[in-house]
Amino acid sequence: MFYLKKQELKTDPLQLLSKNWQNTMQQLELSAKDPRLKAFYQAGAVAAHTALQEVSFVALDFETTGLDPVRDGIVSIGLVPLTLNRIHSSKAQSYLVKPRVQLNESSVIVHGITDSAIAQAADLELYIEPLLQALAGKVVLVHHLPIERAFLYHGSMSRLGEGVVFPMIDTLALERSFTQSGLQGWWRRMTAQAKPSLRLADCRQRYQLPAYQPHHAVTDAIACAELFQAQVAQHFSVSTPVGKLWS
Amino acid sequence: MQIEQIEILNFLKRYSPFKELPDDLLHQTAMQVDIGYFKAGTPILRFGESLQALHLVRSGAVETYRRNGVLYNRLSEGGIFAEQGLLRDKTVIFPATAIEDSLIYFIPAACFELLYQSDEVFADYVEIGDTQRKKSGVLADKSSNDLMSSEVRQLIGRAVVTLAADATVQQAAQLMQQESVSSLLIVADQSKDAALVGIVTDRDLRNRLIAAGLDYQQKVSVVMTTELVCIEQHQFVFEAMLVMLRHNVHHLPVLEEGKVLGIISIADVIRYESQNSLYIVSSIFRQQTVAELQSLSTELASCFVRMVNEDANSRMIGAAMAVTGRSFKQRLLELAEQQLGPPPVPYCFLALGSMARDEQLIVTDQDNALVLHNDYDPVLHQDYFAALAQFVCDGLALCGYSYCSGDIMATNSQWRQPLRVWQQYFTDWIEKPDAQRLLNSGIFFDLEGVWGQLQWADQLNQQIRRQVKANADFLACMARNAISRTPPLGFFKDFVLENDGQQNNSLDIKRRGTAPLADLVRVHALSIGCAATNTYERLLAVKAAGILPKGRADDLIDALEVIAMVRIRQQAKSLQAGRAADNKVKPEELSAFERKTLKEAFQILSFAQKFLKFRYPGGRQ
Repeated sequence: MFYLKKQELKTDPLQLLSKNWQNTMQQLELSAKDPRLKAFYQAGAVAAHTALQEVSFVALDFETTGLDPVRDGIVSIGLVPLTLNRIHSSKAQSYLVKPRVQLNESSVIVHGITDSAIAQAADLELYIEPLLQALAGKVVLVHHLPIERAFLYHGSMSRLGEGVVFPMIDTLALERSFTQSGLQGWWRRMTAQAKPSLRLADCRQRYQLPAYQPHHAVTDAIACAELFQAQVAQHFSVSTPVGKLWS
Repeated sequence: MQIEQIEILNFLKRYSPFKELPDDLLHQTAMQVDIGYFKAGTPILRFGESLQALHLVRSGAVETYRRNGVLYNRLSEGGIFAEQGLLRDKTVIFPATAIEDSLIYFIPAACFELLYQSDEVFADYVEIGDTQRKKSGVLADKSSNDLMSSEVRQLIGRAVVTLAADATVQQAAQLMQQESVSSLLIVADQSKDAALVGIVTDRDLRNRLIAAGLDYQQKVSVVMTTELVCIEQHQFVFEAMLVMLRHNVHHLPVLEEGKVLGIISIADVIRYESQNSLYIVSSIFRQQTVAELQSLSTELASCFVRMVNEDANSRMIGAAMAVTGRSFKQRLLELAEQQLGPPPVPYCFLALGSMARDEQLIVTDQDNALVLHNDYDPVLHQDYFAALAQFVCDGLALCGYSYCSGDIMATNSQWRQPLRVWQQYFTDWIEKPDAQRLLNSGIFFDLEGVWGQLQWADQLNQQIRRQVKANADFLACMARNAISRTPPLGFFKDFVLENDGQQNNSLDIKRRGTAPLADLVRVHALSIGCAATNTYERLLAVKAAGILPKGRADDLIDALEVIAMVRIRQQAKSLQAGRAADNKVKPEELSAFERKTLKEAFQILSFAQKFLKFRYPGGRQ
């Protein structure tokens, strides 16, 4: 998982997005040409007013060769299904992916996935279908949405000739809203305090969640899922409509 | 494709009973774990709900409750709960609530069952109330030690050699030479089922015949020992050692249902186990001064540590330490009599409390008293017995048995009285108990004669049994007194958790464990007129008398062993680390397994205290 400043993101694939994902997904189903994408959109999205406790989520994390969604590629994918009650880590999945670009040293240092590790791995093209099946009908959780959304959009574009978008909840954005808005945020601004760190590990610490080894895709997905459960328990309720959180 | 649940796996590897699992099972388990977050104050399990998983605290803290809302347990990182419900009918028995923001790992019921079925250590760990588990907890990593676990019958090398009582001493010696034995059993006559009348040993021939210059043609019955000290065939070798040392004999007939199976000699025992932990006892009697005795006390400490390391159980260690303590007293009294001259009137030296119960450990106060002949005249004899008491108590203090803080020692003139005064004391205490007298009863009613007129100690014991058994009021008072010290609820993080939720840094395991347990068992034992003083033997008698609900006596026996062994191991650890041993137990020094077994033992004790109140109601205020 990488954290990047806004200006570093080269492409913005978010033109189609709205808060009404149920509608959007129906439109996308009609316009999609690839049968795999068509099937994915057909599973659709829940209505925006659906209570969080009724929603099935999947926490998703990518490790990548760099920060540019067009030039860089995905090297590993971790995902874990969950509900508000239970994180199904027993049903977690992970894929090692062979990127179309060279692994560079600086990213290898971060995620520890080396050339020899991906020597046997396949191209993303092979994994797009199982990945879409795992995500179909679900609301996807990520920590720092622009990365996952952009990399998946471009990954799909380069393999299937079409981009893919779907409803996501960004635990980083949620955390930013808790720490920077309201009384707490006002107090911070008034006292000119440094903005609190929104890194996954630091967010987790605020909820007394244990420290994990970062940059392992399944572990980061589980970490994100736990953070989300904690955020909902502290700041929302089980009946909060999902439309309030997704984008 | 391989899923690596690295964090879950690493976490499981840090805590029992998972860390003991073989790698493949551990890996399988990690793959099946699900996770849930619970905000502080949120219920995790409600009573009667169906259970699908074993719960493991990944972070935070959880409390479990009894149905009536009383705190059952408090768990922190690594603690498991809901195992009892899973073992029964898969419904929640103890509801649980997060008391801090908590992350819980769920291990599915099917996975739990697989672990429970296929892994003995895991099953032992989770199975509440199973007697075997508590024992294996205490004796984990048991490596067998011959002296401690072998029965005496294994030492019998050959059939007994017998001789009729009308044979001559010379015939006896010839038979011994011919058979290459050092002892003969003497029977009444030549018939097949003749009664056993005595034993003749090498030593008897030397001391009673040759040294006395008697004729070889004497009847063997003249030199034989008629008061036979025997041992049962199923007793342990170490017990045979103790019997030999205690009665100063070198040969023991071994009995099976009253018939002699064979004879074992001290040489057999030594040959069997040359590195003998208890040999220190015999060297006590070779020391000529108090200073020499004092030098043995460090050997006593290493003997204690060695026994613990050899996985002796608490009874063996208690008995060995008590026999040593008794020997110190006996030798000191011999030395005192050498120095002060023979006593002006006969006396009996009493050991009280833990030593009388054969439960003495390495850290112990000296509780003792003197019973004097009824002819004792303070004007004439007081100085002698005061000096004798001073000599012994000072000597014991030098040898590591610290002075009794409650001044229950023979040096206190109140506890140095003629037999009739003692009898009156006991009658008064039993007829008119008050707080101080009940406290005294708790100490003095476990008494044992160590030296001198031992029959007086027996008389006093008989009096106590007779008078207490018939006195329901006194029993009720003793019962109330016995539950004044309660065990803690258990442990939480590195604290001792009290029943009111308070937390302490350490636990006095004697005050909160072994002592209240001994108090409790004493009440039951006195109520049935049991003659034994040892808590374990008392429990066997109580069990046989059927006054406890079924299974409770066995539970108490296990709890006794668990608590006593934790205390013993802590003391041994301190000694090995070069520190003075005490009764303080710090939770961080206990293994997870010890905490769990100790906690269950406390629960058993706590329940037994409640039952005591119910069993002996009423009594004077």
